[in-house]
Amino acid sequence: MSHTEWWASESFWRKTAIWVTAGSFVALIFLTLDSMSAITAGSTRVPAYSVINHRIDYVFDEKRNFQVPVIGVEEPLFGKTLTEAEAEALVSRGKLTTQAKNCMNCHTLLGNGAYYAPDLTKAWLDPSWGSKEVREQMMVDFLMNPQDRLHNGLGRRMPNLGITEDEARATVAFLKWMASIDTNGFPANFTPIDQSDPPAESGSPTQQQGG
Amino acid sequence: MAMPGTLDSANLNGGQKLAVKYFTVALALFGAQIVFGLLAGIQYLKPDFLYGVLDFSVNRMVHINALVVWLLFGFIGSSYWLLEDEAGIPVVGLRLGNLVFWVFTLAVAVVVVVYLLVQIGPGDHSTLWLINEGREYIEAPRWADIGIVACVLAFFFNVAATFAKGRYTGIGGVLVLDLIALFGIYLAGMFYTPNISVDQYWWWWVIHLWVEATWEVLVGCLMAYGLMKTLGVRRKIVETWLYIEVALMFGSGILGLGHHYFWIGTPEYWFTIGGFFSALEPIPLVAMVVHSVFDSGTHNMKNNNHPALAWIIAHAFGNFFGAGVWGFMHTLPQINLYTHGTQWSASHGHFAFFGAYATLVIAFFYLALQKWRGNVWMSGGLAGAWRWKWALGLLNLGMVGMVMAMLVAGYEQSQIERAIEGSSWVGYFVAQAHPWFVQGMWWRQVFGWMFAAGFVLLVWDLLTLGRSERRPAQVHAEPGVR
Repeated sequence: MSHTEWWASESFWRKTAIWVTAGSFVALIFLTLDSMSAITAGSTRVPAYSVINHRIDYVFDEKRNFQVPVIGVEEPLFGKTLTEAEAEALVSRGKLTTQAKNCMNCHTLLGNGAYYAPDLTKAWLDPSWGSKEVREQMMVDFLMNPQDRLHNGLGRRMPNLGITEDEARATVAFLKWMASIDTNGFPANFTPIDQSDPPAESGSPTQQQGG
Repeated sequence: MAMPGTLDSANLNGGQKLAVKYFTVALALFGAQIVFGLLAGIQYLKPDFLYGVLDFSVNRMVHINALVVWLLFGFIGSSYWLLEDEAGIPVVGLRLGNLVFWVFTLAVAVVVVVYLLVQIGPGDHSTLWLINEGREYIEAPRWADIGIVACVLAFFFNVAATFAKGRYTGIGGVLVLDLIALFGIYLAGMFYTPNISVDQYWWWWVIHLWVEATWEVLVGCLMAYGLMKTLGVRRKIVETWLYIEVALMFGSGILGLGHHYFWIGTPEYWFTIGGFFSALEPIPLVAMVVHSVFDSGTHNMKNNNHPALAWIIAHAFGNFFGAGVWGFMHTLPQINLYTHGTQWSASHGHFAFFGAYATLVIAFFYLALQKWRGNVWMSGGLAGAWRWKWALGLLNLGMVGMVMAMLVAGYEQSQIERAIEGSSWVGYFVAQAHPWFVQGMWWRQVFGWMFAAGFVLLVWDLLTLGRSERRPAQVHAEPGVR
């Protein structure tokens, strides 16, 4: 007990703790700066808000070996092309609505939140909306009056959260924009709603699934 | 001075008198957490239960916010508990500390009442400022955020100033530096952005760097103190271990943050960084198990507070299994792609928060109770000892049962909803309706009631243990003799 080896000494571990912590934190700062530039709206990973003027799909990418969002032809939300500023204001209103209505304590967004209701990451692309022609209005109607609509066989229903029509439309804009974020293939093996134009035959190559 | 066994605040120093106030509120909020958890659990089984009155989102929000706040109150109380002992002088600014306690408690009460009665608001900034910020774990409205920062700054001042004026022990030094980080990080969550990727990036700074870094180091400090108190372990040993734990904890946990950056829009390099460093996160937790079990062994389990030491050991194992093993099981991106956002996460969350944090705060409840009753005997042959043993057993078994039930549900969900059904909404509900999932939710509820029974017993025990005891606490062998 009289002699303590250097590797077991208090001072060695105190210094190690300080250096390791400081080193890790500095590394995190640099990674954060890089990540922030990669996820600013308008970057390749997180598109500008005006992306809601376009069709958004989720297609398997051979090179990356998972599905990635693909921004397609012009397909304005609610038939109205928005400027970047208008689009940002609308998406922001939608994001505020998802926070103010506490969506995250039933749903997950980008996989984070609660597990009582489905994930909303690709809600815009979910096949449950039937067809792309009716999707926008169905989403608005559902958000405003979810309580008496068909949900599932479990009896679990979304409550009426007093969402106004403006808030509902903004929320749909937010969900459409969120579907355009490159989430490294999450969720996996997802089959998006058919967004091909009417004359196209079924099973078009863009709908092909990975896995 | 009152007879041993009598609850008398004259037995406590100034910081400890304040600590027991924090502990009392913490225990009440622990109870609230369990009640709202049970309500939310019932809604999985009977979705119409309280529908439109207290919806799942409300119950779940109160459930997790009560958790965060009761643990924070437990940590603040525990820090005040050891402060005068460690620094060797009375708390600097105790009056401020008391004032802050009442302001903090009142603010928490107002926030909870608004959660329950107002619940939600219009989709604009006023809701975020006044009602609910709508971001999991840190839902507290912005006014309360600012209040929390003010309160914890006052708390930090008290701790830092007391150590600075008295003496800085190793535990004191680590605690002060850790508190700076803990409170600095909270600020990272206090802003609004429409960009959900940026939002979740900083949101994880708060959640992860609290739960998987600064809180872990804080409980490391508390465990070091607890082992000195219960077993009489020498300071040099616990403080050397503490530094090792800090090095390993921050060395793995800070960049381990990357395991939350797989799927939120952030670049692919986080797969490697997050996967690698978070896979290392269990190592310090192994160290803590070795440390506590080894110390107990070298002291032949002779200790002056059986319930406190039992909860410290429960903490060491709970932290290792709940945070370490359960976290590791789904931390690599290759599996996390299928488990992220399923009951698998809920299983890990329950086990980790209970194993790593609830256990150690409960250990401090018992340390406090012993001294509050005049440093009364709490070793072998204690009258009514069945209560703390049954509380320990029911709480731990109830938790492990819930964790296992949710894990089975999570397996089923990741297989059926994610891998087979391709994560569509239909796939989600197919998986939710599967018998394996439904059974999991039923068993979770059953074990939830067991956990609640353990809590009732714990409260009863904390009100009564040692009351009829007259013997003074067992004395440790002189430090350095061994």
